[in-house]
Amino acid sequence: MNNPRRLSSSCSMTNIKSRFTHGFLRALSRINTRKPSTTREICKRFLRVKLAADASMASAVGSRRAWSRAMLLKMRLRRRTCRDSRITNDKKKKKKMSGSDQKEEVNGIRKAEELRGLVPGGESMEICKLLDETAHYIKCLSTQVKVMTTIADFYSL
Amino acid sequence: MSSRRSRSRQQSGVSRSTNNNITDDQITDLVSKLQQLIPEIRNSRSDKVSASKVLQETCNYIRNLHREVDDLSDRLSELLATTETDSAQAAIIRSLLM
Repeated sequence: MNNPRRLSSSCSMTNIKSRFTHGFLRALSRINTRKPSTTREICKRFLRVKLAADASMASAVGSRRAWSRAMLLKMRLRRRTCRDSRITNDKKKKKKMSGSDQKEEVNGIRKAEELRGLVPGGESMEICKLLDETAHYIKCLSTQVKVMTTIADFYSL
Repeated sequence: MSSRRSRSRQQSGVSRSTNNNITDDQITDLVSKLQQLIPEIRNSRSDKVSASKVLQETCNYIRNLHREVDDLSDRLSELLATTETDSAQAAIIRSLLM
């Protein structure tokens, strides 16, 4: 059975871009309906815009990717508890492979701790999945930046 | 007959206890795929970039992108205060982007 979700990468990025744009613009007009009067509200507005951007991107990708699922889950939990709720994943320490020095570099890559902290949901992924998710995450992040830049430039005119 | 295709394509039965199912070749393949996406490395086309450098540059790049998103959110929240968004403008933006 063909998996209809397996679009070609260029085609799906265009779809993600347009879904993100629609969702983000809608969120921006929602945010804009309340005019901030106090400094505190202005600060909150910045956060709302940022959250809207991340949420729109994660929704545009949907549940297709582990990183977007992790981000959507985190946002749902945050909304529910209104607190900084960290999802603590089981940090499975990878077994250090005994062996030659040749493998040392790949060992370090298998750990990839820094990367795991940056990619949503990356803490408990095995390395191949982490690298795959990272590639997609980067594509989506740069799409997000491009769209937000276009919108900001437009409003600056 | 269609079994759930796991995301990591060439894997069958990824076990967490041993790393033996994942070959170093698969990892280097994925790392080189990542390499193409990082502008830092793509532009300075040196012959061989070590995998750990790719990872390092990837982390830096992701952090830069996060920072850009923050800056753009800041800029947008200020701009929102001064403009009225309406559906016509939204349509214009959409047409700019498509």
